Amino acid sequence: MKSITEFLEQTANTFPDKTAFRDDQTALTYRELVQRAKSIGSALLSSQKRKTAVAIYLNKTPMCAAAMMGVAYSGNFYVVVDPKMPLERIRNIFSVVQPFAVIAEEQLLPQLGELTDGLETFVCEQAARTEIDDAGLLAVHHAMTDTDPLYCLFTSGSTGVPKGTVVSHRNVISYTDWVISTFSIDDKTVFGSQTPFYFSMSVTDFFSTIRTGAEMVILPKSYFSFPIRLIEMMNRYQVNTIYWVPSALCIVANLRLFKYARPEYLQKVLFAGEVMPVRQLNYWREAFPDLLYANLFGPTETTDICTYYVVNRTFTDGESLPIGNACDNCDVLVVDEDGKECAPGEEGELYVRGSFVAMGYYRNPEKTAEVFVQNPLQSAYPETVYRTGDIVRYNEAGELIYCGRKDFQIKRMGYRIELGEIENGAAAVEGVLMNACIYDPANDKIVMIYEGKAAPDEVLSGVKKRVPDYMVPNQVLKIGSMPYNGNGKIDRVWLKTHYTELEAK
Amino acid sequence: MEELLKILNEVKPGVDFTKEKDLIGSGILDSLSIIQLVTKISDEFDVEITPLDLVPENFESAETIYEMIQNAED
Repeated sequence: MKSITEFLEQTANTFPDKTAFRDDQTALTYRELVQRAKSIGSALLSSQKRKTAVAIYLNKTPMCAAAMMGVAYSGNFYVVVDPKMPLERIRNIFSVVQPFAVIAEEQLLPQLGELTDGLETFVCEQAARTEIDDAGLLAVHHAMTDTDPLYCLFTSGSTGVPKGTVVSHRNVISYTDWVISTFSIDDKTVFGSQTPFYFSMSVTDFFSTIRTGAEMVILPKSYFSFPIRLIEMMNRYQVNTIYWVPSALCIVANLRLFKYARPEYLQKVLFAGEVMPVRQLNYWREAFPDLLYANLFGPTETTDICTYYVVNRTFTDGESLPIGNACDNCDVLVVDEDGKECAPGEEGELYVRGSFVAMGYYRNPEKTAEVFVQNPLQSAYPETVYRTGDIVRYNEAGELIYCGRKDFQIKRMGYRIELGEIENGAAAVEGVLMNACIYDPANDKIVMIYEGKAAPDEVLSGVKKRVPDYMVPNQVLKIGSMPYNGNGKIDRVWLKTHYTELEAK
Repeated sequence: MEELLKILNEVKPGVDFTKEKDLIGSGILDSLSIIQLVTKISDEFDVEITPLDLVPENFESAETIYEMIQNAED
């Protein structure tokens, strides 16, 4: 099969009346999901556009899943933008991906303001009632190949312009082959979904659900601060598999939640997106020793994941969990600065090859050429591999260990953040001359340091208008003048180690 | 109360917590900041905030948070 919609239909034929997606208010069976997706796809056909972006401006609901599949039916690719994203970021995303249409909830459309100028707008509920054009959808399907784009997913770019990774049907099919077989995902699986649909981690539970007839329970974000409700909901729908960012798992551990409520049906605990602290993992393992725990690792550019480690031994606090070994049908290389393979134990950059490697960045040939490169270990035939920018090494057990990022990029709460993008936001604030953003991993704090006559709260509110919530600095400090290093660059190393002295002043 | 306001401003800078009465509904306190807040309160006030205290009603305003801390101290 060459497309995700074929897999969806196969599942719907086998399990028509089984729930596919539900949240705390609504649910869609597979039959309903296919019907709505085909209707939305049919509504989009009139534009005659193919392989072009359609923006989805919906909350994380079962209907959003139908819209995503609807775009796939129409032969186009989707870009999910969150109604809580700042308009400035959406504007940046739109300027890169140039959608021809946007699908939105009716009451959300006005929020987009002039961003919908020149776009076809579809109210989701109405589009989902469009008469299905079977012949039209079939013609689209005949013309497509599995290398056509399925979605474009944005991470933050260092120049302030976000980068949109284009992921094909083939990427998702190859990737989910691995997910499904490795973690035995089937129609008995009930996922408790935590990650947003505009985040690469959601690809894992979303498409494994669609391919196997599993059920995805969308856990409301707010329940992570009211965790008794979270566990109640997981038990109500018998959630047995979760794939969360470590921050979410840590919330549960730090609150010692299992003294008060326990997820009764849980079998598998998968995590990725940032480093999982061993202390909190141990809390989970002590409370539930028989569950499967796995640490997954990878970037958006390899669909979601390239290596994984199933926890098979005891770790003590302060030890780091391995990121393990390459997934099946995926291969990783550890390469030194000269483009040679590292000796075992030597640190090098992680490169990924195989069918998980995405198509590249949308309308950004320069950035694409920087990181989607010829395999440095062979020159006999063309073979594109992805340079992750992650520094890794093999331990004595032959497992990969994550050492850090090659550049200033940080990972926080599972989101990839380039500090440069926050700096860009601050630079746009009136009264800011120079600024630098640093990350203090010990305190998990993003600190913005700036020079200029603007007041700190003005800088903060200016930044808030330009970057998503998870990038907003925790602290804003004014400095008389920036320190510079020998190269004439802002001395970030000094700032990182001395910012607490600025704070004291 | 002053100590609490200081903590609130650390977690979410740029908000006047003496005035806001709907911290949850308005989205000022999102899931992550509530957790950060609870961790800091537990440290600074040396009280045990349990998951049972984590209900939206306790986080509507600085006053309700303060009441929750006082109840936890008893």
